[in-house]
Amino acid sequence: MSHAADLPVWAAIVVAVFLLIGAGLALIGSFGFYRLRSFYDRIHAPTLGTSWGTAAIVMASMFCFTVLQSRPVIHEILIGIFVTITTPVTLMLLGRAALYRDRSEGSPEVPAMDPADGVLEEGVQVEE
Amino acid sequence: MISRIFPYPLLIASLVVMWMLLAGFTPGQLLVGIGVALVAAQGLAALQPAKPRLRRWDLLPKLVIIVLYDIVRSNIAVARIILEGSKRERKSGFLTIPLDLRDPTALAILAVILTSTPGTAWLDYNSARGTLLLHVFDLVDEAEWFDLIKNRYEHMLLEIFE
Repeated sequence: MSHAADLPVWAAIVVAVFLLIGAGLALIGSFGFYRLRSFYDRIHAPTLGTSWGTAAIVMASMFCFTVLQSRPVIHEILIGIFVTITTPVTLMLLGRAALYRDRSEGSPEVPAMDPADGVLEEGVQVEE
Repeated sequence: MISRIFPYPLLIASLVVMWMLLAGFTPGQLLVGIGVALVAAQGLAALQPAKPRLRRWDLLPKLVIIVLYDIVRSNIAVARIILEGSKRERKSGFLTIPLDLRDPTALAILAVILTSTPGTAWLDYNSARGTLLLHVFDLVDEAEWFDLIKNRYEHMLLEIFE
């Protein structure tokens, strides 16, 4: 096995830069999550961490182990792919739940339900 | 006959590549990976999902590059807004966009694009009317976002899928 001390200085700098970018984006995202006030604003902040936050850390990892093992190590890219394609599922679930609650409470801040939307349409889908 | 054994060529190829990325690039793992992929493809075929038809393969890399570039740009924009805090006037809001896109796969890809781009969140899609409800973090100019989604993403997805 290779050790981190074997990493040449130039490669260590590249890896460190990518790690700092990724960690920084995740930190800013979490900070925004804490700082923003409305639910709909808050769902935007963590996407910093799930997009280029993840991507930069994944790139740092690929670069680090590719240099250390002197062969391409790219399986980390799967992490990026799966994080990217699964994020919308959670986000839509949370977003639609919040929208449903706000609409049923009659909140003026969210757009009203479309006439063709809602109970009627969902009823049709259940019958299928 | 070929399509019975290989019902989803793209899925099979991706699964084999994924298997070998995780297990190692050896002939033995290639065989195991192909076996797993074929069984998985049969499983998917049993569910009979709608088969996406790709008309323009050549445009996919262009779409990926555009999206990666936009994600970098909006990462910087959203990070700046969060760090600036309340110093700057910011208005976030909802945006309803009528879509011409109907293909479920294309809509799923659009959802992934909009969700992975910080600053836009896909909230609701009305399949009867084909309207999409978005939440935009920095809604300064509605027309600009409208243009971005209709002309930049939807236009390309329509070309690729329909």
